[in-house]
Amino acid sequence: MTTNNNPEPTYVIETQDLEIYYGTFKAVTDVNMKVEQNKITAIIGPSGCGKSTLLRAFNRMNELYAGTSIKGKITFNGQDIYAKEVDPVEVRYRIGMVFQKPNPFPKSIYENIAWTARIHGYKGNMDELVENSLQQAALWDEVKDKLHQSGLSLSGGQQQRLCIARAISIKPEVILMDEPASALDPIATLKIEELMQELKKNYTIVIVTHNMQQAARASDYTAMMMLSGEGERSGTMIEFNETKTIFTRPADKRTEDYVTGRFG
Amino acid sequence: MKEKEVIQGFSNNLNARNRKGVIWHIIFQASTLVGIVALIALMLNIVNSAFGYVAYEARVDPDTFTVDGVPLEEQNKEQLLTLLQSELSRGAYNKLNNEEPFEERSRENVFQLIVERIIRPKVVAVWDLWPSLTQVDEIRATVAQDFPTAELDFVSWLTYDFVTRPQTSEALTAGVRTAILGSLWTIFFTILLAFPVGVGAAIYLEEYASDNWFNRIIQTNINNLAGVPSIVYGILGLAIFVRTLEPLTSGEIFGLVDPTTANGRTVLSAGLTLGLLVLPIIIINAQEAIRAVPRSLRNASFGVGATKWQTVWSHVLPNAMPGILTGTILAVSRAIGETAPLVVVGASTAISFDPESPFSKFTTLPIQIYQWTARPQAEFQSLAAASILVLLVLLLSLNASAVLLRNRFSRRF
Amino acid sequence: MAELTDKKTSTISLRRKPRWGESIIQGLLFLSGFLSIFITIGIVYELGKEALLFFQMPEVDLLSTITSTEWKPHVNKFGIWPLLTSTLLTSTIAMSIAIPLGMSVAIYLSEYASPKVRNTLKPVLEVLAGIPTIVYGYFALTFMTPLLRQIFGNDTVQIYNTASAGLVMGILILPLITSMTEDSLSAVPRSLREAAYGMGATKLEVAVQIVVPAALSGIAAAIIVGISRAIGETMIVAVAAGAGPNFTLNPFIGAETITGHIVRISGGDLSYDSIDYNSIFALGLFLFLVTLTLNIISQAIVRRFREVYE
Ligand SMILES: Nc1ncnc2c1ncn2[C@@H]1O[C@H](COP(=O)(O)OP(=O)(O)O)[C@@H](O)[C@H]1O
Ligand SMILES: [Mg+2]
Repeated sequence: MTTNNNPEPTYVIETQDLEIYYGTFKAVTDVNMKVEQNKITAIIGPSGCGKSTLLRAFNRMNELYAGTSIKGKITFNGQDIYAKEVDPVEVRYRIGMVFQKPNPFPKSIYENIAWTARIHGYKGNMDELVENSLQQAALWDEVKDKLHQSGLSLSGGQQQRLCIARAISIKPEVILMDEPASALDPIATLKIEELMQELKKNYTIVIVTHNMQQAARASDYTAMMMLSGEGERSGTMIEFNETKTIFTRPADKRTEDYVTGRFG
Repeated sequence: MKEKEVIQGFSNNLNARNRKGVIWHIIFQASTLVGIVALIALMLNIVNSAFGYVAYEARVDPDTFTVDGVPLEEQNKEQLLTLLQSELSRGAYNKLNNEEPFEERSRENVFQLIVERIIRPKVVAVWDLWPSLTQVDEIRATVAQDFPTAELDFVSWLTYDFVTRPQTSEALTAGVRTAILGSLWTIFFTILLAFPVGVGAAIYLEEYASDNWFNRIIQTNINNLAGVPSIVYGILGLAIFVRTLEPLTSGEIFGLVDPTTANGRTVLSAGLTLGLLVLPIIIINAQEAIRAVPRSLRNASFGVGATKWQTVWSHVLPNAMPGILTGTILAVSRAIGETAPLVVVGASTAISFDPESPFSKFTTLPIQIYQWTARPQAEFQSLAAASILVLLVLLLSLNASAVLLRNRFSRRF
Repeated sequence: MAELTDKKTSTISLRRKPRWGESIIQGLLFLSGFLSIFITIGIVYELGKEALLFFQMPEVDLLSTITSTEWKPHVNKFGIWPLLTSTLLTSTIAMSIAIPLGMSVAIYLSEYASPKVRNTLKPVLEVLAGIPTIVYGYFALTFMTPLLRQIFGNDTVQIYNTASAGLVMGILILPLITSMTEDSLSAVPRSLREAAYGMGATKLEVAVQIVVPAALSGIAAAIIVGISRAIGETMIVAVAAGAGPNFTLNPFIGAETITGHIVRISGGDLSYDSIDYNSIFALGLFLFLVTLTLNIISQAIVRRFREVYE
């Protein structure tokens, strides 16, 4: 795996003229972005502008809602993930997801990870995998004595780290995070942010956040989304750049207004 | 998709998983299909028995009644009446006259009486609808060979006459009027007991009862009663209504004892028994309807100084009524279809006269179906099938009205 | 002017006034609610009283009732086992149809079917659930029995047999299991499904390994209610399972269940205080207690289930 300062960056996910529909309603339009390997890419923007919709399109989670469709193209390592022959299950195996609200399975902490690994045919040492995953998620020390208690018995922040552990247990290339800290208290949020910095050594991360500080602090690239046009309700990407640029010298006036808290 | 390099023991087993997924998808779908097929089989099986060829022989050959070369079918009413008078005992003739004077009867009616009372056709063989449609020639051959004197007719066991004729022991002339009227009488008393009490109980539980142990027991108890097997209600009805309350249910204390009724096995007992049976269902349904009335409506009423009952009566009940009625109709359809408790309460096996008071002996449509189903002869199975169709039509129209009610008023809130 | 001063000087009473009408109505409503308690007491008292008389009869003793394998009222043999085994037999056959089918249909409806398919199929199940049981009895006798006899041979399968009754009873209970199971499957929060899909689980894995286990208590409740329903089901067995107690586990020969026996005995002329009369109360009490226990268990499970997700 490559690390920083690579003059030729590798892009894991790329979109071309992406439009996402709920039935006939175009929720997202005109998105062109590239997600660089081993970087954290943040998606920011006011509520309802289609951040989650865009994120879910990256691993085809949108399909779980009836009537969704896309136009344009999303590629993963150069391959069109919406091509006919592509299995969404396979996509989600490689592009994992952490959700806004912690959603551990109502199984034991151990089983949350073991089940996930098992369905993907994991044959190795399960105890080791569980321990590794929990350690990577910085949860091991807190739960090592109660691995067989229900995942639901943990605090919210611990549950979210369990979900992260679960996601990384199957070694995806990309982890999508949809406001992973929005339901957590500040201390738990901090832990998640620190964790993300650890994780980006091995994974590519795309995170949706409405928290400017979080985006500014934690991410390498930032995509700014906004509802486009006047009567139009479609969200679109108005600016995409390195995070420091977005937060210091944004090209778009609306971005500047938004990141400085003038609206949103 | 590019192969993900196999990391630390993960095997790319997606093909196998997907195959399993498809297989189970098919299994789930097939199970659903089984349910639908069962319903279709059930319906077809009934329709199959309700129509078809019947071979019947006259016990008395109608040709013997040919007068001056005029066959029976072409004789006029006077000739037929003479025949009827000469062939029936005077008592029987007078009884018919008392039921409806002969002057007022039509020729068809008199002819029908002659067929029923004198010629008395007897079923010798019955075919279901399917063979009747596909093997007509074989059927004709069989009849010609085995029953040379028999007539072969394609009949619908379900006819207008079938619905309006009283029960008799002859398959060809039996009807379900007695049973239908019995069902209606019974249901009347069921509703009379269960509707007011059920709605009252629901109002109590939703609007008045505080959350204490006693009211919780009432609620739990109602939920439990809804799951008690219906036959247990029959036994309860036998003990309470038929036996303990016999003076009331037989009409004795009103001096109205039906001379043919020996005891409390009456329409009233049956209705009350079914009333107890559906009471918990009505309560639960009514509670749901009452709960659906928004809090704000009650607050508005209390806000202008209405008392609790004024609020309930003028606001909660009117708005909950469609829901309550829908729930009641569904409960009543359950009661109409009940058989077991009524057998235990003591439905009569064979009555051919209509119930005319709460203290009459009773039979109901499901009881009639049960009795005909339990008879070994095929023609009675056909009668059972025809009465099932009557019952199902009755239930279907009830349910349709419940659905209409629900749809009509469902967009209220 | 005068009125106004009047109102000012006389104190406006905010004290509670007795409202007799309200009180009477509240009393009546309370009585309506209380009647249900009275029904339960009535069942326990009436059935208990006559059942007690039954066991006090010189011909009957409790020990032989629970040990003997012969129920022959005419020779004063009242062993419950033949009635019990056939009740268990029909119920087992019914549940072995209704549980797998009912759960499959519920999983299909809640996890696979499109809303359109679901909205067409659910009424079909409702129709199935609304058909009176006597009609199922007719179906068992005139369709299922001939079918079984055709498959297994007339020598193996008697005209009256518990297999036919049990199979049709399974169809009867199917909609009950399906609707209760589907309710609990759809109560499983969406986030849980998304979590599993997000980990790259297939639809089957999500349905069977995540959603079903999460709904397990609701499903267990459905199954228990189904069993209770099967044990208490009467008309199908009365019509198709055979008249006459028979201590056997062979599903192809006739054997009378508890409910079937009650119906047959009371269909004849029952004289009060005869041993037959009392015996149906003893059997009825037994049925009541068994089904009540099952229902209470099922409700307790449902209550626990609700606490988890609401
Ligand atoms: N499942 C859905 N069905 C239909 N419309 C949806 C659905 N989810 C989101 N939307 C709509 O898509 C738009 C974008 O929503 P979302 O992606 O959740 O925004 P964000 O995450 O930026 O707040 C909103 O107008 C929202 O109402
Ligand atoms: Mg969102």
